[in-house]
Amino acid sequence: MIGSPYTLASNSTATIMFKVLLALLPGIAAHVWLFGPGIVVSLILCSAFAIGFETLLLLARRLPLQPFLSDNSALVSAWLLALSLPTLAPWWLYAIGIGIAIVIAKQLYGGLGQNLFNPAMVGYAALIVSFPVYMTQWPAPIVLADHAIGLWDAFDIVFSGQGSISADAYTSATLLDTWKTQVRLNTAPEVLLAQPIFGWIGARGHEIVALMYLAGGLLLFWGKRITWHIPLAFLAGVALTAGVLQLIDPTQHASPLLHLFSGGVMLGAFFIATDPVTAATTPRGKLIYAAMAGFLTVIIRGFGSFPDGVAFAILLMNMCVPFIDDYTQPRVFGHPRKRSKAGQP
Amino acid sequence: MSSPEATLAPVQPAAPSGGLMSRETRDIIVNGLWTQNPGIVQLLGLCPLLAISNNIVNALSLGLATTLVMAVASGSVALVRNFIPHEIRIPAFVLIIAALVTVVELAMHAWVPALYIVLGVFIPLITTNCIVLARVEAFASKRSTAHSILDATMMGIGLTAVLVVLGAMREALGKGTLFSGVDLALGPIAKDWVIPLAPDYNGFLLAVLPPGAFIGLGLLIALRNRLLMREA
Repeated sequence: MIGSPYTLASNSTATIMFKVLLALLPGIAAHVWLFGPGIVVSLILCSAFAIGFETLLLLARRLPLQPFLSDNSALVSAWLLALSLPTLAPWWLYAIGIGIAIVIAKQLYGGLGQNLFNPAMVGYAALIVSFPVYMTQWPAPIVLADHAIGLWDAFDIVFSGQGSISADAYTSATLLDTWKTQVRLNTAPEVLLAQPIFGWIGARGHEIVALMYLAGGLLLFWGKRITWHIPLAFLAGVALTAGVLQLIDPTQHASPLLHLFSGGVMLGAFFIATDPVTAATTPRGKLIYAAMAGFLTVIIRGFGSFPDGVAFAILLMNMCVPFIDDYTQPRVFGHPRKRSKAGQP
Repeated sequence: MSSPEATLAPVQPAAPSGGLMSRETRDIIVNGLWTQNPGIVQLLGLCPLLAISNNIVNALSLGLATTLVMAVASGSVALVRNFIPHEIRIPAFVLIIAALVTVVELAMHAWVPALYIVLGVFIPLITTNCIVLARVEAFASKRSTAHSILDATMMGIGLTAVLVVLGAMREALGKGTLFSGVDLALGPIAKDWVIPLAPDYNGFLLAVLPPGAFIGLGLLIALRNRLLMREA
């Protein structure tokens, strides 16, 4: 495969996936610092479940374990899902989410490279439609919580369901959830923004984590693991749509900055929408795919019944990817521009 | 007036009485229940399969209603098949089916009103269920009355069986019970017949929602293919 001058770059799936995991570390570190070690528990649990389900399905499909388990792709799905789920949720929530992600969305479609939908987002979507109560109880940042949760407390809460500390002592509604329910009760946005769960630009605590995802995403970009098209178009889609909506009705819709730094937008823009398997592959296609996903995210947040729309937006655009790719094939050098004919080779 | 196609329909051989039933009768039964099962092989009649199979009671009631309509429709069409002009046979079949569905709908409204409300639009929709028309067109319009009724009944039972298995899977996973809502069909005496599988079950809403039907059906088809692979 490699032509002269025989560079020794190792671009295997395993190294690419490993670099994605590394790029997530700043966000995870910020999460531990601001919210306590709960995220470590969910990362460990999700990784263990992911490797477990992957092994089971590989055995059932009679595929060799070593090459598929060591490509790190299950770990990436596990970490992305763990970072999208509330920490300190019951252990079975993580098990079901990872089970749906790995078994149904990945292996039943034929494994890595054959999956139509991003596995982590399928897991997330299944959980939020099935268990909305658990999915909207997020631990509050340490500065706002009545109790600091240590690592062993976290294990206790995750496995026993309740632990010795009442859930009300450490959870609060998320910013997007609060925004959605409050503006529908005609609370003025200024009153809302003065509440303690709001920080400088987004949700207190989560805005810093989002900033760290942005930093990790830029590392991926400089490391040439992703191109600029998808993150930029996704963020622009979110910002432009939110800006237009805010101009139309500032009492109902949040500012573009708040949209960018809350919920799953930063994680989605750099780590989820850029999934090489389920994203569009042509340069123009990437722009269309990601801008539409950003647009849909804000539309679902503003008018849908769920607080965040990143997962649904990305899944909806995953469906359009074959179509987008077909219509945006670049002109081959030396050939005239041809009209694209969908469905023809 | 009978069309060339109708006259070319296979002539029924006299049943050679070999065993308990003729080979043809056995084929019809096996086809309906397994080889050509409407639910997991022909994939016909998916509208009720996906919409109403969220618990056993709904699945069984709609499945039986469909089976009844199929049996009577196929029998009626087989009886009059030589009098229906070939060119307008489909509208004629649909009229017969629609009339029967109306009878079933009114009967359910009269005797099981609670169930009638739960099943709602899916009772009149039996008219448009393609498995009913498919058996009438593919089988009853060409074969003897007795065989047509047997074929429609077996196809109906095959569909009902898939509906019930899917309904049981979705209900057990989604609500943690079996036979919930049985009192809607059998009256208030049956209220205690609901089987709770796990106490304090949170419910898994996805199984009850339409995606659960698609995933469940996919798993059933996979299971059938797996069994066939093992046989081969």
